[in-house]
Parts: sequence; structure tokens; C-alpha cells
Amino acid sequence: MIDIGQDPTVSENELMITQMVQDFASRYIRPHVMEWDETQHFPLEVFKQLGELGLMGVLVPEEYGGSGFGYQEYVRVISEISKVCGSIGLSVAAHNSLCTGHILGFGSHDQKIKWLPKLASGAWLGAWALTEANTGSDALRMATTAVQDGDEYVLSGTKNWITHGKSCDVAVVMARTGEKGQSGGVSAFVVEKGTPGFSAGKKENKLGMRASETTEVILDNCRIPKANLLGAEGEGFKQAMKILDGGRISIAALALGIARGAFEAALKYSKERHQFGQPISGFQGISFKLADMATEIEAAELLIMQAADKKNRHEPVTKLSAMAKYYSSEVAVRTANEAVQIFGAYGYTKDFPVEKYYRDAKLCTIGEGTSEIQKIVIAREILK
Amino acid sequence: MKILVCMSNVPDTTTKITFTSDHKQFNAAGVQFILNPYDELALARAIELTEGGKGTVTVIHVGEASSDPTIRKALAIGADDAVRIDSPAIDAFFTASQVAAYAKDKGFDLVLTGRESIDHNGAQVPAMIGELLGIPSVSIIKKLVIDGTTGILEREIEGGKEIVHVPLPFIASCAEGVAEPKIPNMRGIMSARTKPLSVVTVTEAPVLTSIEKYETPVPRGAVKMVAADDVAKLVGLLHTEAKVI
Ligand SMILES: Cc1cc2nc3c(=O)[nH]c(=O)nc-3n(C[C@H](O)[C@H](O)[C@H](O)COP(=O)(O)OP(=O)(O)OC[C@H]3O[C@@H](n4cnc5c(N)ncnc54)[C@H](O)[C@@H]3O)c2cc1C
Repeated sequence: MIDIGQDPTVSENELMITQMVQDFASRYIRPHVMEWDETQHFPLEVFKQLGELGLMGVLVPEEYGGSGFGYQEYVRVISEISKVCGSIGLSVAAHNSLCTGHILGFGSHDQKIKWLPKLASGAWLGAWALTEANTGSDALRMATTAVQDGDEYVLSGTKNWITHGKSCDVAVVMARTGEKGQSGGVSAFVVEKGTPGFSAGKKENKLGMRASETTEVILDNCRIPKANLLGAEGEGFKQAMKILDGGRISIAALALGIARGAFEAALKYSKERHQFGQPISGFQGISFKLADMATEIEAAELLIMQAADKKNRHEPVTKLSAMAKYYSSEVAVRTANEAVQIFGAYGYTKDFPVEKYYRDAKLCTIGEGTSEIQKIVIAREILK
Repeated sequence: MKILVCMSNVPDTTTKITFTSDHKQFNAAGVQFILNPYDELALARAIELTEGGKGTVTVIHVGEASSDPTIRKALAIGADDAVRIDSPAIDAFFTASQVAAYAKDKGFDLVLTGRESIDHNGAQVPAMIGELLGIPSVSIIKKLVIDGTTGILEREIEGGKEIVHVPLPFIASCAEGVAEPKIPNMRGIMSARTKPLSVVTVTEAPVLTSIEKYETPVPRGAVKMVAADDVAKLVGLLHTEAKVI
């Protein structure tokens, strides 16, 4: 089913991509969603298939082996996948806009030639490591260090909450090359799987997004060539903040997909479930919930598409992407919560999809900057 | 090998069907149209047969400009070029006449269609095209292999299967089993816009049928629950209400 087909502002490409992702997700993702969730199985094979479809390098230009589309199409990809499975949506988002996006945005031509075709085709899976156990929102105070030694850098420290920390073939790692807490003291490096000293630690057992792998990444005197430094030394933190500006659009799209999925399930159920001799959608108490959900979802989509449009035109998006991320995430959580309510006891079981939306949605208000951090960003922008 | 694949543009399977003009016309307002699922099978097999430079696939559609997005989907999936005969597909004979008129001097080795379109479910167009082109026509095939200049086709028949050998050129209508529908990739979607889609003016052809009335089936009644141990009541209901025993 396509719910954007009649909207004249949706381009034919977006529509075709939406249908394509729906076809793929209904055949290769939907049948396994609950099993992957229960067993915390990270389905690597699905990312290979997504790669063949061109969905692992949506924003990468064709000259680097990508699909060469813009943010609008990218938003459709992430939200349609997430409507079916938030975990896969999160992983596709982290691969595309964080790891691949960082190399695309700040790598030299040689670095792009070296890594982008593998990432964009899905042959390689990417990770992006900023967060540490003691530094989440306050990432600038990270402890991981990178020390230059001849033609190499030696990385030491532990990163936490890293999507694809274990299964990645390549990771972009932020590490301190200068003073702690100074914006100019962080640099970004590419670390390939198999590099001695680079390994994965504990895999997190999560509330939601359980089919998306989240692990610790350990850098134990990990030596990498100097050529793996992205941009200049000291630019890593600024780069990471720019990457998050774009990344927030993808988490917003993830939230939108989850909200849509939860809403559609609740809408359908409300028409089928009868109590007191009528469908529960006939009660104003329920129909008003549906009206709020639908309105908020529409508003979230407009905010996201506005940010996507600006991002495509290379205009500043810090404020808008933070707004889109903040609002859409909260909408996803509210919508999933109300969806469970509309399903009643059935919504509290694993036989119906809404309990999973409820669990998955919560990540959106935390990952890639919590809702509170988004408000700090928005406030800083409007007060400056 | 030059393959022609016929495609129709049909309402999405989840569409709520309504009618206009005294129940004489399908109400297309607000309806999402898709590539006919059986035609997708035909297209997928055609692409498999020509992959790696072994030929070309042309899709043909009789319809108006509103079908272009669906035609571009066929191009995104992998057809090389497309032709749209610029006219509504009035009825089966009219549609078949248009396809035959276009195809007759183009030297296609193979014409493929879906077994039927999921809107009118007529299943008449393929055989009519075969007749108009003077080529063999095989309906509802489950498998299609080309061996030199011979097509080896498998059909399902009551209690078994039928293997048909037929010389090229021929026309066949495809059912499940012929191929898995192909999902377009991002590159296909990007290139669909630059592949040729030619619009051809309609050929004179008679319209032999007209629709008098459409009716939707009566809605199914509510489910009646019968207690598991109340067999007598169940038998009674099956006899007096459902009238099946
Ligand atoms: C599933 C998942 C996947 C992830 N993937 C990645 C990844 O791939 N790469 C990566 O680098 N990171 C990843 N993360 C980490 C994520 O980005 C962080 O969790 C996030 O930035 C928040 O940091 P924290 O969890 O340490 O929370 P904290 O920073 O400890 O925040 C705790 C609470 O305090 C609030 N708070 C903090 N500072 C302020 C303030 N100044 N004002 C008001 N409130 C404040 C927060 O909003 C929050 O409510 C992932 C996390 C999860 C859960």
C-alpha cells in the first residue's frame, strides 16, 4: 500500500522509490521482523540485498558507485523501511548518513575512491564511532586518543553504543588529537576491520531496535596509516557536528516511519474491533486520538521535508534538522503509545505489531542527540 | 532476441472499487495505479532472457498519459524502451488491434503478456494479438525457456502439466512461476527517465463491446459464532442459512 501516491508534492521518483522499498520490505523484511527482534539477530544478508538495490549509498554520487539521489528520496527510503522494521531503518541510516556520509563529506578524492564504492554497494558495512561510556551528549570530552607516530596514528580507547560495532567492515572513529574538551582537539579517522587492536566488545541487549547491532568498539593501540585521517587534524568534531545535522534528518525519517506504521496499524484495528456494538473508531475518544496522530505525522513529515529540501540546496540546516528530529521523535513515541492504547490488551502482546513500535520509537528521542540536546541546539539557533 | 511485453495499468489491489455514470464507469478518482502484477512476471522473464546483451525488451501499453509513471516503472525494472499507444484501452479487441498494428512489422521474436489484467480479468488480449499477428499463442504458462528458435513452455492442467513446444515468433501469457517479479533498483529508477518512451497515435479499430453495468458483490455478512459442542446448531445453519448442505 502506498499512502503518498495522491500527494502532488511527491515526485515520481520518490513514489517509485517508495513502492520499491515497500515491495522489498514486504518480501524480505516483514516476514522476519518478530523473529529478528526476539533473537536479536542482525540480518547481515539483508544489507547485501539493500546494497544491490542501491539503498546503501542513496546520497553517494554515481561516480563513487552510489545512487546519486537527494535527501527527499533518502527520507522516503528510511521511513518506508522503518515503517516495517525500525532496526533495519536505523542501521541503513547509520550506514548511509553517518559512516558513508562522513567519508563523502570530508574525505579526499583518493579516500572516496578507496571506500565509497564498497560502502555504497553494500559490499562493506559502515560504522561511526563518537559516543563513549562517559561522554554521550558531551561527546567533546571524549577520552579516546590518537597519537601520531611516524606515518601512523595510534588509537586508544573504547567507544560505546556503536551501531555495527562488531559487523562493520570499516568505521569512522572520532579521537582526541589535542586537549580534552576543545573543539579543535578531535580528529576523524577511518579504521578498517582486521586492523590489529580494533575489535568489538559487549553487544547491548536493548529495549527496542533489537535487530540493529549496537556494540562497544575497542581500540587497543590500534595503528592506522596517516592517510586514514579525514580532512585535517583537529577538524573531527566540527565534521561530526555537520554529519549529525544530516544524520538528524535520517533519525527524523526513522521516527516518521515508525509513527506511520503504528498509526496505520491502529487505524485498521480501530475499524475492526467492536465494543458496545460498534467499531471502537466510532467512539470520539478513539477517533480523536487518531486525528491527533494523523495531524502530528503530517506535521512531522512537512518539517522533515523542509529540512531535506534545504539540505539538498546546501543551505544551513542545523536548526531545521534539530526541529525535525526533535518533533518527529516525540511524535513517534506519542503515536506508538496511543497505538498500544487503541489496541488495548492485544497491543500489549507480541501477536500484534504495536508493542514493537512502542519499544523501537523510544530510541528516536535518544540516539544522535537526545530531545533535550535538540532543544539546546534549536534554542541556541533562535537566540543567536 | 527482440521481446515485446504488453503491460496494463491497473488499480492497486487494496483499492476500494466504486463506479460513476450510472455504474457504467470505474471511478478512478483517488485511486493508485500499479503495473499489472502478471505483466510484471512477463517483464521479469523477458529481462532474464535478454540479460547480458542477448536482446532487447520493449514494453507496450495502450493508454493515456496518466499511465506514464507506471510505464516508467517498467523501464526502471529493466525494459530498454517503451511505447504508449495514445488512447484509452476501450476493450480487449481494440487493445489487441493496437498492439498488433504496432508490432506487425517490427520483427519481434517473442511477445509476452500477463495471464490477465487484475482489473477486468478478461484474459482475451493475448490470444487476440496472436490471431491478428498470425503467430501461435499459448495461454497461462508457468515456465518459459527458449531453445534456439523453439519455445519450451509449461502449462498447468487439471491433475498435471502440459509441455508445449512452439516455434518463434509466438505470444504467451504468463502466470506465477514464469519468473519472480523484479524490484527496480535505484540506478534503474534514475535511468528510467532517460530511456525512450515513444507515444504513438492510435490506429483505426472497431469497438465491439460496451459496458452496460458494473456491480460490486454484496458485502459479506458478519461471522456467526457457534459453540464448539453445538454441532446440531452448526448443521442447522449450514442447511437453512448457508444452504450448502
Ligand atoms: C541504539 C543506539 C544506537 C546508537 N548508535 C550510535 C552510533 O552508531 N555511534 C555513536 O557514536 N553513538 C551511537 N549511539 C549513542 C547515542 O548517540 C547517545 O546515546 C546519545 O548521544 C545520548 O548520549 P547518552 O546516552 O550518553 O546520554 P547522556 O548524554 O548521558 O544523557 C542522559 C540524559 O541527560 C540529558 N542531558 C545531557 N546533557 C544535557 C544538557 N546539557 N541539558 C539538558 N539535558 C541534558 C539527556 O538529554 C538525557 O536525557 C547510539 C545509541 C543507541 C541507544
